[in-house]
Amino acid sequence: MIPLIGLVIGVGLGLMLQPTVPLWLEPYLPIAIVAALDAMFGGLRARLDGIFDERVFVVSFLGNAIVAALIVFLGDQLGVGSQLSTGVVVVLGIRIFSNVAAIRRKLFRA
Amino acid sequence: MNGGDRDDAEPVGGDVSAAGRVWALLRPRAGRGQLLACALCLLLGFAVAAQVTSNRADTTFGSARQDELVGILSDVTERSDRLRADIRELEDTKARLERDGRGAAALEEARRRATAYGILAGTLPATGPGIELLIDDPGGRVRASVLLDTVQELRDAGAEVIQVNDVRAGVDSYFLDAPGRRGIDMDGTRLTPPYLLLVIGDPHTLATALNIPGGVLKTLRNAGANGLITQREKVAVRAVRS
Repeated sequence: MIPLIGLVIGVGLGLMLQPTVPLWLEPYLPIAIVAALDAMFGGLRARLDGIFDERVFVVSFLGNAIVAALIVFLGDQLGVGSQLSTGVVVVLGIRIFSNVAAIRRKLFRA
Repeated sequence: MNGGDRDDAEPVGGDVSAAGRVWALLRPRAGRGQLLACALCLLLGFAVAAQVTSNRADTTFGSARQDELVGILSDVTERSDRLRADIRELEDTKARLERDGRGAAALEEARRRATAYGILAGTLPATGPGIELLIDDPGGRVRASVLLDTVQELRDAGAEVIQVNDVRAGVDSYFLDAPGRRGIDMDGTRLTPPYLLLVIGDPHTLATALNIPGGVLKTLRNAGANGLITQREKVAVRAVRS
């Protein structure tokens, strides 16, 4: 519940303050967001399984986002940035879907 | 695996209803970890909102990568160079037309244009750099559609003049399968294999266009025919349309 409130407040703040994304962060932020979303759904799933652990959540949240951004950064340096970011998004998308499916099964038994 | 507040981590679910499970999930629980997770979720929400607003603000170029931008820039530069060359040429023509009163330049210009249009329309013979495409089709497998695709592909690649065997291709050219698999009718003339296409245009571009994976040559090979490209400095197209 508290994290959910945090999420809502964050969105509200972002909409209210209308921040501009710094230029150097621009290519990596979307990927980092998708990675963080994956971690969030992973946390929700763990919570439903009763094995949620804050330390794991924090580390996986930050780790996922940083690693995803790093992969894209590395791809940019190697000249395959757009392909790699597509790859990362596909992988994270699959993970998000499987997490959401598990959550749905847990919550609604369907 | 489980940290500080073990009592929070009781399994949700069991025999309670879906609503109960959702409530158990949403039930507020205090704790340092919860607050940390809350902070992270706040950060996530903030980043999402920031990204969405900045994404909405800039339309096409803001989100483009550096190499894409370089590509766009070089395209635009190339185009403006071409347009500038066009302007220079047209201004030259204009100056020439203004200079002579008796209309010699105008006549010459008109002739030049008539020649260019005649070549494009197929009413004049033409020579120039280009390619020869020999389609060897012993089995009679090449259908009219394949030949049409070939001609269209050549036109896309910038072919200015096309002749198939003895027939000059024009804007209204058509291909028809002849009855009994004995060749192809083009504009009312029966073509029989092998088909020899004489094409005027940039030889390299034309050859590349035919050679692309899944392109004309591959289609021909799949159909059981064989296409042979020869790039030539000078291709003479003698057939004309009436």
